[in-house]
Amino acid sequence: MPGDDGYQHDLLVIGGGGAGLRAAIAAAEESNRLSIAVLSKVYPMRSHTVSAEGGTAAVMRENDSLDTHAKDTIFGSDFLADQDVVEVFVKEAPGEVIQLEHWGCPWSRDPDGRVSVRPFGGMTVNRTLYAADKTGFHMLHALFQTSLKYEKITRYDEWFATSLLIEDGKVCGVTALNLHDGQMRPIVAKAVIMCTGGAGRIFPFTTNAAIKTGDGMALAYRAGVALKDMEFVQYHPTGLPGTGILITEAARGEGGHLKNKDGYRYLQDYGLGPPTDTPVHRKMELGPRDILSRCHIQEHQKGRTFDGPYGHYVHLDLRHLGEKLIDKNLPFVRELARNYVGIDPVHEPIPVRPVVHYMMGGISTDITGKTSLNGLYAAGEAACVSINGANRLGSNSLTELLVFGARAGRAAARHALERPALRSNPLAQLASDERRRLDQRFLRADGREKIADIREEMQKALESGCGIYRDRATMEGACQTLRKLRERFAHISLADKDAVFNTELIAALELECTLDVAETVARSALAREESRGSHTRTDFPKRDDARFLKHSLAYQTPDGPRIEYLPVTITRWPPEERKY
Amino acid sequence: MTEETMTLEVTRYRPGHDREPRTQSFTVPYRTDWVVLDALNHIKDRIDGTLSYRWSCRMGVCGSCGMMVNGVPKLTCAAFLRDYRPGPIRVEPLANFPVIRDLVIALDDFMEKLRRVKPWIIRAVEKPVSDGEYLQTPAQLDAYKQFSMCINCMLCYAACPVYGLEPAFLGPAAIALAYRYNLDSRDEGYRLREPVLSEAVGVWECTFVGECSVVCPKGVDPAAAIQRSKLAGATDWLLSMIMPWAGRR
Repeated sequence: MPGDDGYQHDLLVIGGGGAGLRAAIAAAEESNRLSIAVLSKVYPMRSHTVSAEGGTAAVMRENDSLDTHAKDTIFGSDFLADQDVVEVFVKEAPGEVIQLEHWGCPWSRDPDGRVSVRPFGGMTVNRTLYAADKTGFHMLHALFQTSLKYEKITRYDEWFATSLLIEDGKVCGVTALNLHDGQMRPIVAKAVIMCTGGAGRIFPFTTNAAIKTGDGMALAYRAGVALKDMEFVQYHPTGLPGTGILITEAARGEGGHLKNKDGYRYLQDYGLGPPTDTPVHRKMELGPRDILSRCHIQEHQKGRTFDGPYGHYVHLDLRHLGEKLIDKNLPFVRELARNYVGIDPVHEPIPVRPVVHYMMGGISTDITGKTSLNGLYAAGEAACVSINGANRLGSNSLTELLVFGARAGRAAARHALERPALRSNPLAQLASDERRRLDQRFLRADGREKIADIREEMQKALESGCGIYRDRATMEGACQTLRKLRERFAHISLADKDAVFNTELIAALELECTLDVAETVARSALAREESRGSHTRTDFPKRDDARFLKHSLAYQTPDGPRIEYLPVTITRWPPEERKY
Repeated sequence: MTEETMTLEVTRYRPGHDREPRTQSFTVPYRTDWVVLDALNHIKDRIDGTLSYRWSCRMGVCGSCGMMVNGVPKLTCAAFLRDYRPGPIRVEPLANFPVIRDLVIALDDFMEKLRRVKPWIIRAVEKPVSDGEYLQTPAQLDAYKQFSMCINCMLCYAACPVYGLEPAFLGPAAIALAYRYNLDSRDEGYRLREPVLSEAVGVWECTFVGECSVVCPKGVDPAAAIQRSKLAGATDWLLSMIMPWAGRR
């Protein structure tokens, strides 16, 4: 918390998850002259990075190469990743995971003391480092605890950023609400880095934590920055029915089998075979997430899935792995299955179904994390830098937040060092304007709409319109519903008028963010008349490189998102058919 | 058929309005797969939008949603309604902490203590990243792994009778984390953490009640960390008396 001298910093990071903390530390290491702040709506160790389970990819062994990691990533992206960015990504990945090792991350080890690597979906060799099946938890706590040693890093815990402050086309901070006292303040900074994560909560059934509401994406979008490739939403093939709790891909990496209601390993019917006892890279259960999620739906259409109170599901069978291996490498899977579905995976298969997991799209940035708005940077799931294209490979996202968190931190630090000091007086006025806007909108309004109703209808619209399979009619329906919900949102009514820890006000602000993000997803999806990666259209079932080998860019207008396009960067891997 | 319900008796406190906390009853639908957190979310969405509490991952790893459930510190995302039938269920803010509002407690004290125990790798000479990883055998990893599982959920502080009486006590989670780094084969910071740990408000305050380990949802066993730190501290003291020249670690 800052002192009386005000809320002025050189660099402000919004979000205290993996990307945000990595960015803050990188900036602190770049120069000890910088005042750095991390602002987060939760305490940093609560951030959603904590829920990541399976691992983080980097080339660590002699049987692997940077080119293989790059090729796997580009192939997995269905050729929509920018290849120059992927090349930088794979090159800097090993240094980043070793850096984290030096910072105390308890990576699982081989008998000789080296960090272990496990197989993961879509990867041709074992290159996924892990800390049992709590990789994100350990990475986040290692980063957070390490960040505590930097005295130049100030934290604003449980503050919510409501808008970007912009003067003469340059970012100069944010307005933010302190949950503890309800005060709105300008926090001045020469550079701002958005590390607010994804927006899985625009869907009803998701692995994402409650806080994943796309706040940073919405703030950037409202400030005129494009959201890139938002139509690409990753379904993870193995979530627990009902809660959507993630059962990690590492369960399949360790050798788990997906079986239909006849106990048959159905993936062999979809070109992913032949089935083998020990896992083979990129085959069967180690296929990529988009394809496995589609196989589930097709299997359901053939009537070969189970039916339960929360819809259709299949079995993830780990029994043959044995208790010892499960307890060593998948203890969290066992804990989650026991607690939340009453199943012990040592003795029974786990019920699973596809669940919304990750946004490939996000705030459009360049290779350094810089956006089109002077002084604004972004990294992690909130950003689209773009290594994931149309489908992310599992275990690339934790690496992404390290590599591009660090890059954004360094680039923003250099920007802040070069930029002259800011005057903060006119900004105080902007903060009081922002407070008045919120009061008028939410606290004095005598509306009749409820947050929960609008949220549920938005989520339903996204699920029915922008699910695993999509077509024009359903997406147009989603777009229309979202427009109407926006009108209804103007008449929202809050019961809570208190200043202190007003979580209902935060929920309203989050809902407003999700409405913005949801619309960019639906509009970008409608405009992309092809099938690529996670975006699968029944009315356009083929990939169409002639028309759509390009990124979508969604810009805000009063009538909803305007979609433009940007070429994909191809360096050494010309597009080919994506077949596993 | 009438729907089965359950009653939650929830502590409410509005600073500036309430002189002291009061209890409000809510009736929610009973579902076999609902946890207490689901019931609170139902209340917030459908009955009373002013109820304030923290939550996020709802899978027992972010550490946000700790509360007293029938007088016991619990993660509400892992406390099933079915285990409290027929009710009512008493839901209160975590004990031993100042309350900000309703079920939201102040964490400032712990955050300060966390920093004080220096929970990061300390080395005399840092190895450059280009030299690769520090080798650490599975046995060396196992030596501290358990103590690295802390999710900072604060249940152990709510259960700790010493912290209840002596808020200056470093407390179970902070001590367990200090111990975690002391045990890490990559770390050389024992000497720097020792003064913090051996202050009167460090490990010596603990009377070994062991409640912290009972309520820990992640099996960290902070009580063991505290007792073993005492032993290490005592051994250090003895060594310094007998062999003042002896270096340690």
